[in-house]
Amino acid sequence: MKVLVCVKRVPMTGGRIVLTADERAIDTRFLGSAVSPHEECAVEEAVRVVEAHGGESVVLTLGPSEAEEQLRDAMALGIDRAILLETDGRELDPGETASAIAQAVSSQPFDLMLFGNEAADTGDYQVGVRVAHALGLPCVTGAKELEIGDGRAAVRREAGAGWEVFEVPLPAVVAVREGINLPRYPSVPGRLRAKGKPVERSQVAGSGAGLEMIRLALPEDRGKEVRVLGRGPEAAAAVIDLLRDLGMV
Amino acid sequence: MILVLVEHDRGRTNELSLEALAFGRQLAERVSEPLHALLVGEFARPLAEVAHAFGAEVVYLALADGLEDYAPLAWARCLVDVVEREGATCALAAASERGAEVLAHAAALMDEPLAANCIAVEPADPWLVTRQRWGGSLLEQARLSGRVRLLTVAPHAVLAEEAPSPATAELREVTPELTERDVEVRVTARVERGAGKLSLSEAQVVVGGGRGVGGPDGFQPLEELAGLLGGAVGCSRVATSNGWRPHADQIGQTGARIGPELYVACGISGATQHIVGCKGAKRILVINSDPEAPIMAQADYAVIGDLHQIVPAISAALRSARGG
Repeated sequence: MKVLVCVKRVPMTGGRIVLTADERAIDTRFLGSAVSPHEECAVEEAVRVVEAHGGESVVLTLGPSEAEEQLRDAMALGIDRAILLETDGRELDPGETASAIAQAVSSQPFDLMLFGNEAADTGDYQVGVRVAHALGLPCVTGAKELEIGDGRAAVRREAGAGWEVFEVPLPAVVAVREGINLPRYPSVPGRLRAKGKPVERSQVAGSGAGLEMIRLALPEDRGKEVRVLGRGPEAAAAVIDLLRDLGMV
Repeated sequence: MILVLVEHDRGRTNELSLEALAFGRQLAERVSEPLHALLVGEFARPLAEVAHAFGAEVVYLALADGLEDYAPLAWARCLVDVVEREGATCALAAASERGAEVLAHAAALMDEPLAANCIAVEPADPWLVTRQRWGGSLLEQARLSGRVRLLTVAPHAVLAEEAPSPATAELREVTPELTERDVEVRVTARVERGAGKLSLSEAQVVVGGGRGVGGPDGFQPLEELAGLLGGAVGCSRVATSNGWRPHADQIGQTGARIGPELYVACGISGATQHIVGCKGAKRILVINSDPEAPIMAQADYAVIGDLHQIVPAISAALRSARGG
């Protein structure tokens, strides 16, 4: 079983987003980087599938040179090797990103290609689907449960008050949601081993964006005034007054 | 012509699809083109009336073997068929799980760009879109090119208002040519989940806990308060990543979006990931030891101090106020 998992480096935004002066990016000078939450779970799922069925797991990212950090993080959790499709820093649009990924893996086919459902930053919800089309593979998104067996993948996803079940033959593309598993923490030996694992680098350039970012803007503030009801447990009385006003007492 | 895909589950549509219809109608008026709608599968036939009420002059009903239940690629094939045959200049759907998925397949089939989570469109040359990033914590202005403009509409970008006067009703049945591949991925079974627990997205009171709660046991007083208020307990991503709570309890960009009358946020600093999930609450009461925590910017009310003392004190006061 050969499993590929695709991740994207995004800033850890914390509590407040600050833009750069040209309003074309988030000011990341004081921020760390991570992969999107859905993708953390995709990495864990890739490791688990290979633990259960044997084979090889590979992590791929498209991004700046610094994204090697996210590849090492994934390898620290048990991914075997990595592919870095290095950009010059420009953000490729979803179509360009998918073409570059499909091209990179066309010479090394995988049985299962895992994606996060949508990236935390751009939320495009389409790179995995486009890669599936480029490679002629079936695709299921929104996966909250994945079962592999007999050359097939059974996927469950949330729908209203229950689950929808999809089944596809492998090879296939599956986009997963956070909650499909609880990712493990990297161990110290895992981190050490990750340093020695191979990263295959190549340069990619976009072919021209069909969706081209002009500028970013912060949404308008709610402009709310906070009313401090008090400090410590003595404030409970003021909270009860509030609940009474809301008709909850 | 502006084409809107009206999403449904075995004949039941949803609020987001009605919003997409309203969004499509406003766009159609601006470019002086008619609004058309697409329904997929026999189950959806009764929804034609709804689409007409929202201003769709022509409603296409796609019928073929394999369309009995949801099949993302087949639905996209139906959309592309109508777009190509009837000459749509723009096709859109709600940015729901299904809407986003079908439009992504359609974009891949047509090799066109797709702008996800749009809140506004300026149909100039080229088209300019404003769309959400980071679950709405950030907005992006972008140029959208393409022979056919494809987009999904972010939740609550517009109100789901019917047209002032309904369109003249025309229902056209269409028969898309589907291959086996197109219907290979489809809903093959459904599993109902056990009823009982109040769902976060429906609860009128939500008590949420974050890092400040300190561990799984720390949620007990929150459970008690939520119980007294007839509400549900939620948490921030820190609590699910640490395994303190199941992921189903997570409020946030990758969890549930809530909209209660009152949200009580206990020991939650207020990362954008969490704010995306709770900003739909009508009132937010923050209980936090740090008066400078980012979540204060979202708060209507605050109590400053240790949640481990404050939450039980509120429960006790609530009991005595109720006379027992």
